[in-house]
Formats: sequence, structure tokens, C-alpha cells
Amino acid sequence: MARVQLFDVAIARSGDKGDGSNVGIKARTPELYEFLRENLTIAVVKEHFKEICFGDVKRYELPNLQVLNFILEDSLGGGGTETLIMDAQGKVHSLALLHMEMDIPDALLA
Amino acid sequence: MSQDKTVLIANGQGFWGDSLLGPLRLVEEGPLDYLTLDYLAEVTMSIMQKQKLRNPNAGYATDFVEMLRQILPTCQKKGIKVIANAGGVNPRGCLEAIQSVVKELGMTGIKIGIVEGDDILDQLPELIASGEKFKNLDNGEAVDSILDRMSSANVYIGAKPIVDALAQGADIVVTGRSTDPSLVVAPLIYEFGWSMDDFDKLAAGTVMGHILECGAQCTGGNYNDWRNVPDFARIGYPVVEAKADGTFVVTKHEGTGGLVNIDTITSQLMYELGDPVNYLGPDCTSDFTTIKLEQDGENRVRVSGVKGSAPTPTYKVSMSYEDGYKIVGQLTYTGPDAIEKANLAAAILFDRVGMYGKPIPEADRFVELFGTNVCYKGIVKQEQEPSEVLLRVGAKSHDKNLLNILARELAPLITSGPVGVTGFAAGRPRPTEIVGYWPALIDKTKVTTSVIVEEV
Repeated sequence: MARVQLFDVAIARSGDKGDGSNVGIKARTPELYEFLRENLTIAVVKEHFKEICFGDVKRYELPNLQVLNFILEDSLGGGGTETLIMDAQGKVHSLALLHMEMDIPDALLA
Repeated sequence: MSQDKTVLIANGQGFWGDSLLGPLRLVEEGPLDYLTLDYLAEVTMSIMQKQKLRNPNAGYATDFVEMLRQILPTCQKKGIKVIANAGGVNPRGCLEAIQSVVKELGMTGIKIGIVEGDDILDQLPELIASGEKFKNLDNGEAVDSILDRMSSANVYIGAKPIVDALAQGADIVVTGRSTDPSLVVAPLIYEFGWSMDDFDKLAAGTVMGHILECGAQCTGGNYNDWRNVPDFARIGYPVVEAKADGTFVVTKHEGTGGLVNIDTITSQLMYELGDPVNYLGPDCTSDFTTIKLEQDGENRVRVSGVKGSAPTPTYKVSMSYEDGYKIVGQLTYTGPDAIEKANLAAAILFDRVGMYGKPIPEADRFVELFGTNVCYKGIVKQEQEPSEVLLRVGAKSHDKNLLNILARELAPLITSGPVGVTGFAAGRPRPTEIVGYWPALIDKTKVTTSVIVEEV
């Protein structure tokens, strides 16, 4: 096991969806995708964004692309056109997710 | 038709305000059949509707017309057709402006097509009387509450009317609020003779459109492994080599900067994605979990396997309405105690605004100290007191004058507030209108699109 940031095992992109954002995360290998599918749960992501996302978190799986797609509802301080916050469109929610640290088996990091 | 036929489609504008270098270089630096350009975001229609109210000839993307002035001679020489949703709320005005430019350039034999019918603002009373509810898709609220404040209402129309314009020989097609992918799906239907119920093909075209619609965001822009992206300054905008069977290769012109690999394409496929199995569009429903990506040589990614199904019986409608005003001003506070002083300054500001007679309610106030990890709130810890922070302070209100008072009281904080303040270079902020966004649905049978093609 090694404690690493998700930056080491995935890439991500995010954007706005109404008053929330979507964060897509792509694992760098099929094995890492399986690991994230098991461990990067809705509960884990909701806890990670607890000071940013105040609504529900949804998760969709795209195994063909090694991608998990999260929807973070109520995470933009009122929606793309109304909000005053700097990250009005959730553009860096992707990198915010990749800051997460996880214990990942060494075999998957080789 | 030969199975070997390849159609080259590029996107040179990911949003209204994207670099002019995109389209200028795309038509010059390599082979191309179609140049598509995406100009419209949700709030764009509202801005254009306001422009049209002030001037009946306005209400479209004027910079599109100026860009055409520069690329049309090359497009005519190379036979490149242009498709853009630049018509905003006045495609006819856009048509006339393009005709003037063509004449000024001394060109002839250019056919310009426009697509109308997406703008339903004036028809709302009849549509509501006929049973359309226009309930808010996000929260289910009834439309009554915003009807008297509505500033635009546009249907996301599909590829069919664009195909009709191409079939009538149009070299340039301008639409109002057609979806971004339909700008790309239309030339595929026209070139390959796809049927409107061949949903796997239409879904492949929709996926192509999703990859292309943000321009250089699929060729290395906004990509995590940014250190591996060569020559950002000369980044190549995406070019697709499309085949009749619905498969395609995403690439970029030879000698341009940027990067096309499975990760740059996947990054864009994830962008603004909702439920991947049911990616709804006017022409079909696409299943993003069927997409297969393969690296097909340097800066080439092959896309195949896309499955689709019939579209829903409704179109999406994008409505916007006036929802008051907002303002944000900024000052820089330096340490020691930058955070404490910036917070004190914001408190003084709101206190003083109240002294004019009407305080801003707590819930409408906004304070953000940039430099204290506001973008990674609760995720990245602030290790030490920052030696400088950017105070972003403002409010929302339906009372514009109240926000003007706040704007006026910002600069006085420099001489009558805590020490260590600078950076008022941005000047006095101005209240801007809040454009509320109201997504809804409409029965497809209630929408009629029309096409006009005229030759200059």
C-alpha cells in the first residue's frame, strides 16, 4: 500500500451543470479503474467536497473509457449565471478531486 | 457512394470569444471540407435579445461576420463550407450582414442559408394556452413566476434544417439556438446520406460533435498532463476525418501545436457530461458507454462503436429571465494579518452602506478572500497565514442603486480603513444584470423550423 494523491493515478475534467458541476475522472489503467470503481464511492466524494457541494452526489460508470462521472449538485454558490464565487463554473472541481489521498496497493502503482 | 469517402470537419470556435486564430489557421494550414463554429452559451441568447431590443438589426454574433470577412476568400478557393450557430436571436440580420461583407469583398456565387424557428419568445402565450407547461427541468417549478421577466426563450433544434440548407447548396449556414453537436451531425447526414432514423450513425455524429464543440479543449487545452503538450501557443484546433460507417479519427493539422491522444479525447468526452447512457439530443439519444477509442498513430485517435436510440418526443428549451443585479469589487490586503484586515474591511463596507438608510441583508452579501484556498475549500489546508489576499466583496440585489452605493464605498476603504491595502487598479465596479436560466421542454410537434437560402 502507498498513500498517493489521485493525481498519480488519474486525470479529470469538470464543468458546470445548472447549479452544480460534473467531475469526470479517468483512471490511468484498467486495474486502477476497478480500484476506483470499488473505492471512490459517492460517500467518499461527498465527504471530500463537504465545504463545496451542498446537494446530492450522483455517480455514473463508463468502463469503456475507464471513467467515473460524478455530479455534484448545489456546488456553485447558486448556479453559473447567479453566483459571485471565483470558480463560478466548477472548472477546478476536477483538480480538487485529484487532491484526494488514497491508500493504493503497490501492484497497481507499478 | 464509396466507403472510402472521407469528410473533414473542424471546429474553430469553442465559445463566443474564443481565439480568432482558430478559424483563421484552420482554413489556411490544412485540408478541410467543413468549418463549424459554436457561439452560443445559455446566457448568450439573453444578451443578444437585449441588443436586438435596442437595435432591430442587432442580436447575432457580429464577430462571426468580421471573421468571415477574413476567411471567405480562402473558403471559396478551397471549397470549405461554414456552419455556425452565430445567428443568435436574429439570423436574418446576420444574413444581411454576411451579404454585405460578400459584396464588399467583390465575391459572387456564395450561397448563404439561415435556419429560423428556434426563437419562441413571442409565441409563449399561445404555446402555454395549448398546454405547454415549461416547468423548470432542474427543480420542477411552474413558469408563471418568471413569465413577466422572461428575456429569451429558444428551442435547441437539431440537424435536419441545416441539412436542408446544405441540400439547397448553401456554402454558409447560420442558425439560432441549434445544439452544438447538430452543427457537426448535419454535414455528415448530408454528405453520407444517413437516414434520420439511423440512430447509431446519428449518435456517432453527436459524440463527434461533443468532442469538437469546445475547440482546442480536445487537442491538449485544459488537459491534466499539460507539461507534455507541445507548443500551446500554436495549438491545433480539432479536425475530424469522418467515414460513412460512423467511425472517425480525431486529429489536427500537420505542424500545429497541441496533442491528440486517448486522454485528451477522454477529457473532453467527460466535459459537462450527465448520465452517459442517456445523452439526450434533438436527433437521437446517445450512449457514451459504447464509445471505443484507439490511438491510430501520432496525434490521431480513432472513435468507433457508438450506439444510439430514438430521441425523446420533446426538445429542450433554454429560457432566461431577469433576476436582479450583482456586483463584486476587489481590493488587495497585505500582511501581517491580511485575512483579519480584509474581513474587517468587508464588515466596514457593509456597515457604511447601511448608513445610507438601507442595509444589505446578510443573505445577499458576498465576501471571498482569494488566496485562502477558496477553490479547494475544505480540501487543501492553508498551511500558514498568507502574506497577501485578494478581497472580493459584493452583493446581489433587485435594487441597483443599493449596489451602486456599495461600489462607491469601496475605494474610500483605502484611506479610511485598515492598513496594507492596495490593488484598486480594476476601478469602481458596476452592477451587472443577473440572467436567470430556466431549462424546460416542449413538444416537438409544436416547433416549426424554416430555411432560407439566398445567393450573392
